[in-house]
Amino acid sequence: MSMTTAINVPIISGPRAYGRRYWVFAVPAAAVVLVVILFPWLFTLYMSVHDWKVTGDTPYVGLANYAKMLSDERFLYAVVRTLYFTAASVVAPLILGVWAAVCFASKFRLRGLARTLFVLPMMATPVAISLVWTMMFHPQLGVLNYLLTSVGLPPSTWVYDASTVIPTLVMVETWQWTPLVMLIVLGGIASLPTDPYEAAILDGASAWQMFRHITLPLVWPFIMVAAVIRLIDALKTFDTIYVITLGGPGTASETINILLYQTAFAYYDLGYGSAMVVVFFVLILLISLLLLRIRQREDLR
Amino acid sequence: MIRRRQMLATTAAATLAMPAIVERANAQSTFDWKQFKGQSIEVNYQLSPRGDVAKANLKAFEELTGMKVGFEQIPEQQQRPKVAMEMATGHPSFDVVNVGMHVQKRLIERAKWMEDLRPFLADKSLTAPDYDFDDFSKPSMAVATAPDGKLNVIPLNQDLFIVFWNKELFAQKGLQAPPKTLDEMMTMAHQLTDASKGIYGFVGRGLKNANMTFWDDVLLKWDQETVTPDGKTLLTDTPAAIEAATWYQKIMRECAPPGVIGFNWNECQTTFMQGRAAIWWDGIGFSAPLLDPQKSKVVGKVGFAPDPAGKVRNCATFIDGIGIPATAKNKKQAWLFVQWVTGKTMMNEQLRSGSGTPARLSCYAQQDVLKGSAFPPEWFETTEVSLKMARSGLPVIVPVTEFRDTIGAAVTNLIAGADPATELKKATAVFQPVLDKSNEG
Repeated sequence: MSMTTAINVPIISGPRAYGRRYWVFAVPAAAVVLVVILFPWLFTLYMSVHDWKVTGDTPYVGLANYAKMLSDERFLYAVVRTLYFTAASVVAPLILGVWAAVCFASKFRLRGLARTLFVLPMMATPVAISLVWTMMFHPQLGVLNYLLTSVGLPPSTWVYDASTVIPTLVMVETWQWTPLVMLIVLGGIASLPTDPYEAAILDGASAWQMFRHITLPLVWPFIMVAAVIRLIDALKTFDTIYVITLGGPGTASETINILLYQTAFAYYDLGYGSAMVVVFFVLILLISLLLLRIRQREDLR
Repeated sequence: MIRRRQMLATTAAATLAMPAIVERANAQSTFDWKQFKGQSIEVNYQLSPRGDVAKANLKAFEELTGMKVGFEQIPEQQQRPKVAMEMATGHPSFDVVNVGMHVQKRLIERAKWMEDLRPFLADKSLTAPDYDFDDFSKPSMAVATAPDGKLNVIPLNQDLFIVFWNKELFAQKGLQAPPKTLDEMMTMAHQLTDASKGIYGFVGRGLKNANMTFWDDVLLKWDQETVTPDGKTLLTDTPAAIEAATWYQKIMRECAPPGVIGFNWNECQTTFMQGRAAIWWDGIGFSAPLLDPQKSKVVGKVGFAPDPAGKVRNCATFIDGIGIPATAKNKKQAWLFVQWVTGKTMMNEQLRSGSGTPARLSCYAQQDVLKGSAFPPEWFETTEVSLKMARSGLPVIVPVTEFRDTIGAAVTNLIAGADPATELKKATAVFQPVLDKSNEG
């Protein structure tokens, strides 16, 4: 009944009444947000102030879980590792992605095919490609060390050593997500006007000068968009690390995500795990806001 | 009036008693595998040869009972959290579940997640007369039973740590027999290592968490467990623990292939099957693929031997079981599956196919099982010797996974060159409060 009136009434009472009745259409979306985003969020907050184990009671402990984090060496290392991994997996795809975009913007034979091949890694399922990479990383039987040794280079330990594990994981991340950056930046380059370039060529500018002083400043907003997307994705990375190393060797590649998963679902300490999620969420929020702020300021300029 | 009322009451009482009478009649009738024909159950296994052998024979169960089985196998690192979460919600998606008792014994006891199986065993309409429950080994029953006598699971497998050795690589260095002591193993492993050819004397688990089963087995040679019998005090920084860790560090650093720090059993298995390692020390349950020509390059060259001796002679055993969640929907139907899979036929098949070493003792006495197997007599001798000297590996505490991660990370760090005493003392100090807290409530 209410639906019929909601639809019928505005037609009779004129255009202004529409606005007041539109909320009906937002209800399904709002309900979904409430159930699958807001409620879990509030419940996570609630759990984070309780000693929530899967067995027995769940007493209220106030901010004890948060205080524990400050003295938990494993957690603090995980934060540092998360930042290191994220920074590397944002910067590397950005540089390579911009470079690839500039290459793919120029005209050459079989460009369509080359572009398609280039974006393929992005289409693959992270878990599936992680399993393939894991096999390739095997120090004795993996194809990567076979290739290295067959060209006379020493074999690497890849993910089987604390010192090489994060760079190797960043390599996988870069391999998979450089195409995304490339696509965004390529779109930016395609939308650029051609006259600045014509003027530059008349003035005798080199290709590097044109890139540095025309392309880069003009596509900068696109690069920033790619950076924000990449940043949020890299911070959230779970599947690749979980499948390839499970945070190891030891805890050498254990990021906050992996640690909080282990805490909540392997140690069954849901309270502490929830507190980590809250801190992690705030961290993502702060970094994203910071980047958006930088972008806005540049837009104003 | 009174008569009529009495009569009514009698009729009512009789009507009420009817189902009970019918039930008793059923109880007295003989056991029938087909009693739940047409119904279905969900079964959840850890990914392992035990799951594989059950899955391969599911059709036999479906024909026997006329029931349908939904079968799911998940790698143990994902299966344990999934099962725990579903149990905690009280609505598990499965009626039968495979539990690694060496990890979750105390947890399931404390949380009361499992159905007591004793009533099913006692009910003649539900349990076949030839089930022979007394056939299970004592250590396995001790693990399956809670301190209050509740039977949480039926033992499915009693995995034993043994030594796999490559006879061809041994012969190349003039060695004939497998190592009998820890010292002998260390010397042989050095002798057998030839890094320039990519051949290593030894391979074993280095990966955090996974390495704890292996290191614990080494520690047992010093006649020491990881926790005091009351489950309250860690023994992971004692002089014996440090000596065991030093032994582990030496063999893993000097005789194992590079990257062993990240090896779980499957990487070790692959390395051994490719003929790249001369000795592999791990669970007997991983034997079958070594004899499969499709997967292994060492078929016909594999030797099996019991654990080497240290101060004492023993080997670690890890028991897993199969049971029914207390909140399962189809418990009686589930019991038929549990009974079938732990029955003599399936346990014999598990042993014959090399998928595991059952806790049922009668399996080992059957000559036809032994003869019908692809495994050499040496394998059965190793099993027999090991079963007799088996000691429970991993501590019986609630936070086993966190124990394995924390102490395991320290042991992993040793392969990278850290000092055993420092690492173990630090990890023990970190984990002791966690253990204390788990004992509080």
